[in-house]
Amino acid sequence: MCLSIPSKVVKIDKERNVAVVDTMGITREAGLELMEEDDVQIGDYVLLHIGFIMNKIDEEDALESLRVYNEILEKLDEEERRSLVEEDDNCPNRGA
Amino acid sequence: MSQLQLKDLYDGFRNPEVIEGFAKLINEEAKKLPKPVNIMEVCGGHTHSIMKFGLPQLLPKNINFIHGPGCPVCIMPKERIDHAYILAELDDTILVTLGDMIKVPGSHGSLQDARAKGADVRFVYSPLDTLKIAQENPDKKIIFFAIGFETTTPMTTSLIDIVIKKEIKNIFFHINHVTVPEVMVELIDSRDEHVDSYNNRIDAFLGPSHVSVITGSKIYEKFPKKYNRPVVVAGFEPVDVMEAILMIVRQFNEGRCELEVEYKRLVSYDGNKKAQALIEKYFEKASLFKWRGLGNIPDSGYRLKDEYAYLDAEHIYADILPKEEIEDHKLCICGDILRGMAKPNECTIFGTACKPQTPLGSCMVSSEGACAAYYKYGNLL
Ligand code: SF4
Ligand code: SF4
Repeated sequence: MCLSIPSKVVKIDKERNVAVVDTMGITREAGLELMEEDDVQIGDYVLLHIGFIMNKIDEEDALESLRVYNEILEKLDEEERRSLVEEDDNCPNRGA
Repeated sequence: MSQLQLKDLYDGFRNPEVIEGFAKLINEEAKKLPKPVNIMEVCGGHTHSIMKFGLPQLLPKNINFIHGPGCPVCIMPKERIDHAYILAELDDTILVTLGDMIKVPGSHGSLQDARAKGADVRFVYSPLDTLKIAQENPDKKIIFFAIGFETTTPMTTSLIDIVIKKEIKNIFFHINHVTVPEVMVELIDSRDEHVDSYNNRIDAFLGPSHVSVITGSKIYEKFPKKYNRPVVVAGFEPVDVMEAILMIVRQFNEGRCELEVEYKRLVSYDGNKKAQALIEKYFEKASLFKWRGLGNIPDSGYRLKDEYAYLDAEHIYADILPKEEIEDHKLCICGDILRGMAKPNECTIFGTACKPQTPLGSCMVSSEGACAAYYKYGNLL
């Protein structure tokens, strides 16, 4: 029930206080009652919950997380390569 | 053009390689742990993610999950479902509630059963759908049976706000909103009647995702400070959960006990203030709310303020709504399970009298409950 999905705002209807959002390619409306006036703009990423926008997604923070994850992967990858090289250096079959 | 694509918001936080990457880091870090760590994920949304993505298999033996109270649906006591059932059966009413409530059994049966017997029950996606039902049925009383944690509470108050502002005369409310910090306190700081002690095995909490979007992380301050349990607020995606686990393990290794937020892209310290203001305007804390499996928990529910009693179905129909408590099943050990003191298969009626089709306790009601998960995934856990 609370597994709200990220969506993108594509249109705002000020009169009815609703936003039209794109959720994984599906377009639907969401109430803006829980957001401050003018806080939500077209292009914003938002979290949708049972017909309402409950918050905006902090784009910079999301990007920062994704960047950190990439770094972790690269670092692990490097460590893996290094340990492969080291393993090779210490190969028991070489009789060293 | 923004750099972030909608797709990144899904895929980026489910990337199997990143999950693997975190698994490696956690396994390294966990070698240094002085003793095993039991992490309770409070919300069933996390349980769901943990199961679906098989996270326990990726973690070392000294990190365990204790599956929490799950969700506002599972913990709904029979008494409250009976209220809904009785209200739905009235000739001049339509009972409206969220789809999640369909199957939860009360003592007369579930709302699905009520509907099969001819009661007018409507399951909706959003509280706002109630407006249309009210408009199309001017001669009926529409009762919105409101459920949910803090995540869902402001949506109910928005509907109340609209009903009052537009002077809609045929919508009423039966309020069953419950709050998270109070049940966390209950689990770690109150006497357990079954084992007659204050025992629990919870070492740290994975804080709920979307509850915290509304409340802000501030509601968990007291857990590290007063109760000595670290809290890391985490998103629902598997990468979020893994990152949060790493953060918890690091806290133990570094001798810290803090409130941290992994889910910064959506959770601030203060939360959504407009939503909080709406809740405050219409609701006050009910002195007790009974949770299925855990009993009465002080201050853990909301009720409509007295000035809005004219909208309150519990008040209006007080004569026909029973007030007696209904005992949980004698053999059910949900309370112990939620405190991490017992595993579902230690319950003597697990899988026999109590199964997902015929749940006798809260942990078996939804697929997110600990017993239901055990039933489904067996010894994978
Ligand atoms: S429905 Fe319940 S378990 Fe599922 S996410 Fe919401 S609170 Fe958590
Ligand atoms: S198996 Fe059923 S009765 Fe036993 S603890 Fe779980 S929910 Fe309760």
